[in-house]
Amino acid sequence: MADLRVNLCGKTLQSPVIAASGTFGFGVEYENIVDLKKLGAVSGKGLTLEGKYGNEGERLWETPSGLINSIGLQNPGVQHFIDNELPQMLQLGCASMANLGGSTIETYEEGARLLDKTDIDFIELNISCPNVKAGGIAYGVKAESAREVVSRVRKCTSKPMIVKLSPNAENIVEMALACEEAGADGLSLVNTFQAMAIDLEKRRPVFHNVFAGLSGPAIRPIALRMVYQVCGAVKVPVVGLGGIATARDALEFIMAGATAVQVGTANFMDPKACEKIADGIAGWMDAHGVKTLDEIRGAARV
Amino acid sequence: MRAANCEVVVLRNEKQAENILLLTALWDASTPAPKAGQFYMLRAWGADEAPLLSRPISLHSFDPELREISFLYEVKGTGTEKLAALGTGDHLQLTGPAGNGFPIEGKKVALAGGGIGTAPLLQLAKELKNAGAEVHFFAGFRDEPYRLAAFAAVCDNVQIATDTGRVGHHGFVTDLLDPEQFDVVYTCGPEIMMEKVARMCLAKGVRVYVSKEAKMACGLGACLGCTCKSKNGGVSVCKDGPVFEGSVFYG
Repeated sequence: MADLRVNLCGKTLQSPVIAASGTFGFGVEYENIVDLKKLGAVSGKGLTLEGKYGNEGERLWETPSGLINSIGLQNPGVQHFIDNELPQMLQLGCASMANLGGSTIETYEEGARLLDKTDIDFIELNISCPNVKAGGIAYGVKAESAREVVSRVRKCTSKPMIVKLSPNAENIVEMALACEEAGADGLSLVNTFQAMAIDLEKRRPVFHNVFAGLSGPAIRPIALRMVYQVCGAVKVPVVGLGGIATARDALEFIMAGATAVQVGTANFMDPKACEKIADGIAGWMDAHGVKTLDEIRGAARV
Repeated sequence: MRAANCEVVVLRNEKQAENILLLTALWDASTPAPKAGQFYMLRAWGADEAPLLSRPISLHSFDPELREISFLYEVKGTGTEKLAALGTGDHLQLTGPAGNGFPIEGKKVALAGGGIGTAPLLQLAKELKNAGAEVHFFAGFRDEPYRLAAFAAVCDNVQIATDTGRVGHHGFVTDLLDPEQFDVVYTCGPEIMMEKVARMCLAKGVRVYVSKEAKMACGLGACLGCTCKSKNGGVSVCKDGPVFEGSVFYG
């Protein structure tokens, strides 16, 4: 029998499949649909220190094999999360990840300090949300801005801190190295690609903010390339994501060097996607005599 | 009760009017029983096939004894075209029941529907009748009404308005409705119609429930794609709704 366990930043996950932030609520929404014990972790909806309504206007737009979203970090705020959603999240049967965004470095720091005092397993530092003007992407494009926010937040928490990178970074490898040097325990990539759509009847952009974030299978080959590049450059574990919808997709990211994977948009294509991907990885391993993912991690690197 | 995911078998998928179909499936009794006003995410195509998102469709009728669950829908795009292509024996993915559903209240109530917005009102009429209410159904259609026999079999009174004058009153459904005659008014239809109904009711101090429509990705309250502004701040149509007191939006 395949052993799906992986070690991520010193914590053992029971599977390499993590539900991606923004697609899985805080996990409880799926508890009657997915066997959450088959997941490695759930990364909760992106949080900011103060609650946010999110963006006006259209929030969802389907594209060929993709989805453009403009949610805008709608969330109840870090303290509300700690008081109301976290207790249930800690009972999901898999590890928990708090995805933390911010507007200023100070709000990132304060959010991290609050989360540090909780039992959450991981902090995923979101410097990559493209949908709020000062909600992360400002730090996710330039490596030196990322270095500053990561190093400052690092001082506020001893939790395993995974920094979530944007594919819109000027140079994804330099960005990854800057975050590693600044104290990231791990990296997750990629968040959504900046994209847009136009409403022909209105002759206007579909989205209130003009640009929004593209996810789904449409971005997967580019995401895989970036994960491959980053895995070749950093020593910290990398969580690969971007359009993963099947076990085969997940195994590609692992063979590129990823320690674990996140599944996002696929949850909307099939609400059982995370569970099926975990089962599918185990099935592939059994069929190929692979006992642990360590045997194939990075196997495709040349 | 949280939503479940299951695959069901299509029993019938019958045309009711131009671009309007009634899909009946064999309910999976291992999943939670739905109630009026709740909805399901429907998918009759592969996870890797377009459209990317499943489609939220409200419960039209539910019969636990026959184990039949039905959905009345309008063919509007790729997703509903794929639903329309389903035949007897085909498989359909359901995620639900989702959303809050209608509260069952009042002794004499009005249901005001517009077009495909009449869909959730049949199960509501059944549940209200079971609770002993007198149920008056008011429905507006552009031209060709549908499912009137089903509503007539359940409701005490059915009144129709059409934009073209083809059937019933030539005009709007709001011309027919006098909220003061009722304890509670339930409405579902185009936004402009629901707003009119809600404002008419609120002006007379009559309790009114509206069932909102929104584009959704998850249907479970997880993605926050269907959030809309209310007096109480942002609300998820899929999780906090789709049924809301009218005063939340129009008060």
